Amino acid sequence: MNQVASTNVAPSLYRRSARWLWIAPAVFLVLILVIPTTAIILRGATFEGFRDVLNNSTIKQALWFTAWQALASTALTLIVALPATFVLSRFTFTGNRALQALITVPFLLPTVVVGAAFLAVLPSQLHYTATALIVAHAYFNLTVVVRIVGARWEQLHPGIEQAARTLGASPFAVFRTVTLPLLRSALATASGVIALFAFTSYGIVRTLGGPGRATIETEIYTRSVLIGDMPGAIALSIVQMIVLTALLWWWAKRHRDTSESPQISVAQRSPSTRGQIALVYGIALATAAVVIAPLSALVWRSLTRTTPGATRFTLSGWRAVTSSTTLSAISTSTLFALCAMVIATVLGLMVALGVAYGSPRFVWLERISVLPLTVSAVTIGLGILITYDTTPYDFRSAWMVTPLAHSLIALPLVVRIVLPVVRQIPRGLQSVASTLGATPLQTWLTVDRPLMSRAIGASAAIAFAISIGEFGATSFLTRRSSETLPVTISRLLSRPGDALRTQAYALCVIVVVISMIAIFLIDMLRPSRKAK
Amino acid sequence: MKKYLLALIALSVIAASCSSSTSSTDSSANTNDVADGPVTLTLLAHDSFTPTPGIFDAFTAATGIAVEVVQSGDAGQLITKAVLTSGNPEGDVLWGVDNTLLSRALEADVFSAYQTPNTKFMDATLLHDIPGHEVTPVDTGDVCINYDIAWFKSRNIAPPLTLDALTNKQYANLLVVPSALSSSPGLAFLMATIAEFGTDGWQSYWKSLRDNGVMVVDGWTQAYGTEFSGAAGNGDRPIVVSYSSSPSAEVIFADPPVDAAPTAVASLTCFEQIEYTGILRGTKHEAEAKLLIDYLTDLTFQNDLPLTQFVFPVHSGAVLPEAFTKYALRPENPLRLEADVIATNRTTWLDEWSAIVLK
Repeated sequence: MNQVASTNVAPSLYRRSARWLWIAPAVFLVLILVIPTTAIILRGATFEGFRDVLNNSTIKQALWFTAWQALASTALTLIVALPATFVLSRFTFTGNRALQALITVPFLLPTVVVGAAFLAVLPSQLHYTATALIVAHAYFNLTVVVRIVGARWEQLHPGIEQAARTLGASPFAVFRTVTLPLLRSALATASGVIALFAFTSYGIVRTLGGPGRATIETEIYTRSVLIGDMPGAIALSIVQMIVLTALLWWWAKRHRDTSESPQISVAQRSPSTRGQIALVYGIALATAAVVIAPLSALVWRSLTRTTPGATRFTLSGWRAVTSSTTLSAISTSTLFALCAMVIATVLGLMVALGVAYGSPRFVWLERISVLPLTVSAVTIGLGILITYDTTPYDFRSAWMVTPLAHSLIALPLVVRIVLPVVRQIPRGLQSVASTLGATPLQTWLTVDRPLMSRAIGASAAIAFAISIGEFGATSFLTRRSSETLPVTISRLLSRPGDALRTQAYALCVIVVVISMIAIFLIDMLRPSRKAK
Repeated sequence: MKKYLLALIALSVIAASCSSSTSSTDSSANTNDVADGPVTLTLLAHDSFTPTPGIFDAFTAATGIAVEVVQSGDAGQLITKAVLTSGNPEGDVLWGVDNTLLSRALEADVFSAYQTPNTKFMDATLLHDIPGHEVTPVDTGDVCINYDIAWFKSRNIAPPLTLDALTNKQYANLLVVPSALSSSPGLAFLMATIAEFGTDGWQSYWKSLRDNGVMVVDGWTQAYGTEFSGAAGNGDRPIVVSYSSSPSAEVIFADPPVDAAPTAVASLTCFEQIEYTGILRGTKHEAEAKLLIDYLTDLTFQNDLPLTQFVFPVHSGAVLPEAFTKYALRPENPLRLEADVIATNRTTWLDEWSAIVLK
């Protein structure tokens, strides 16, 4: 009941406006998620489908494998990402923002590219092993920790830790007893998101895990698309939905953020002592190296062709890239990503503000906003296909379906990133502003928004990334007369011939560069965080 | 404040470009609905459908019908969607269902039958599986064992020429194949072994392959591009499952140009894949769709196929370019399986296969 009490503190000045905020996100979720999923379940679910699936030993194995690789991937991601998160959110230093953008890059690479990059750098005895796929998941999800935990870490006033240090606590004791408890909710959110991604991961499992390692998500795809067993696929999809929803609600209940930060700050400092400088740059460089290694394999491969006994440089891949089809793929991808980013960020903000300020009853909205991550992408896509198929509601050929599908997947993340930050905003400031005569919107813009800008920037960046990387099986959900970059890349990689291969890798490098620029610009939009 | 302005400008640019693209698709959709206006046919195809750009201009000039190509995923995804939307299709004509997947489409009654006059230029064996003319053959290809010529030459080992040979100890740990569950050439290779060893014999063959160290990967891209030694030179396995036309692609897309292909095909291991096109049942433009089927099976389009998609045309009058005939092998008697045998057993075979190979 604690959390209800704390939300009740929400200033009444927001409540009137916030009461209406749930409408748009709820309509969106019902139209794009609930109706299509229900339609496909009604069409395809049969009792036999369930019986066969539940009795199938492959499926039981898949469920077990899915769960443990998700846990292992989450643990590894946290271990690798926390030092970098500490450095990035606590210190200003040259290259801070560039490193932040760099860490986001793996997340927005199409999974076929991450797969190719990893096969290029991993020793061949690790190809098609569980280790390879766990390492790739960690690589892929670094940015989730850096952005979600970083947004919270940055808000903690360094004075709290300094006070503990002054009282004689060792740095480790400070971290364990002061910092960690304050970060707990952000860590829980990030782990939840990563575990969910790893649980429903599709492309990486298929390229790196090898054909013998099935997860629930790949099994759903195999049954529906490759074998044509729709009842089996639907049954599995329902099992996955139930398992994940139950886990998520239990997780959310356990880790509801009730702590209020005693002081809030957006202060960072430069590393001052020699030890700090070494620590900061050491961690930053090590993280950069980890991120860059697979990426440099892409650059190398775009520039070379290997014949037995010799490696030669060639620019032909890069020359071919300037063709008009490639350029149109680049602009299509960018446009889709921008649209998905705007839709997801705006709707996500509405959910967060509605839940935090509207009424405690709106907690249901927070809960259903996470559903897109639990429903298999194949199920949503096929559902949309059979739902909106009658004129005048035949939207199957509308290009907006693609960015809408992308924003559906990004929405839960935006909510997860923004909501904890909204809850941390001290209520007193808002009352002051409104007492002085500011309207709710003015108050929000002047008081709340600056404190949330990092979280909003983070969610926009992640939404953009999700769209440009075309998550999971979404790529085939929508038809397109203009190719997006991931499609062009996988088409080029699926043909024999060296010239096409160098061209594909050149395109991968272009995806990396575009993404870095976009992320960098999005990060620039938020105010400077340097302590005055 | 400046940052606000920047963000605001960026937002409005995005909104503007979003809405302008919407309106452009809307207007083209509207012209579609006008009954007397020019008709635009939608051709649904898989991602590997890559004809020369502008190939449909001649068709439009002759008939006044425009063609919009819409690609969505690989052949399996294409069929899945066609089956779900059977009777209320997303387009008018579908390109790219092959004989290993055909049964799924026929069972769901996806197509509207039509016999193009061009069938008289086709070999009778191509029409064998479709007596009702639900679909029309457009090209053929063969899935075969490919090997790295230099690898075998430098070690003085004879390359494997039959499926049987692959179980010999001298070829232990040399073969990489794409999974039959997730890849179309992988499925075709499984069919090849079933055609060769029979519905009761292929299981023990695959057990021997497994014991001889076959590597199974997810798709053709990993098998050929990553693990095979003959193509990019990255992998260390010199035997792979690929197409009979792969050696000619290695020559045509070589950089710098080469005179001889680095890879070769074992011709006795080939399984024939026939690719079909068909009119989607429920289209509002059936008459126009028939004209498109005629065009796809006529010489202009058929002659374009070899060098753009690395398949063999079905029209007996089509001319094969030299680069293609020189390096692409055309097996005289490829392995074949009847479509109804495939239809009845497909799921069982895949279950048995994954139990043997993937466990």
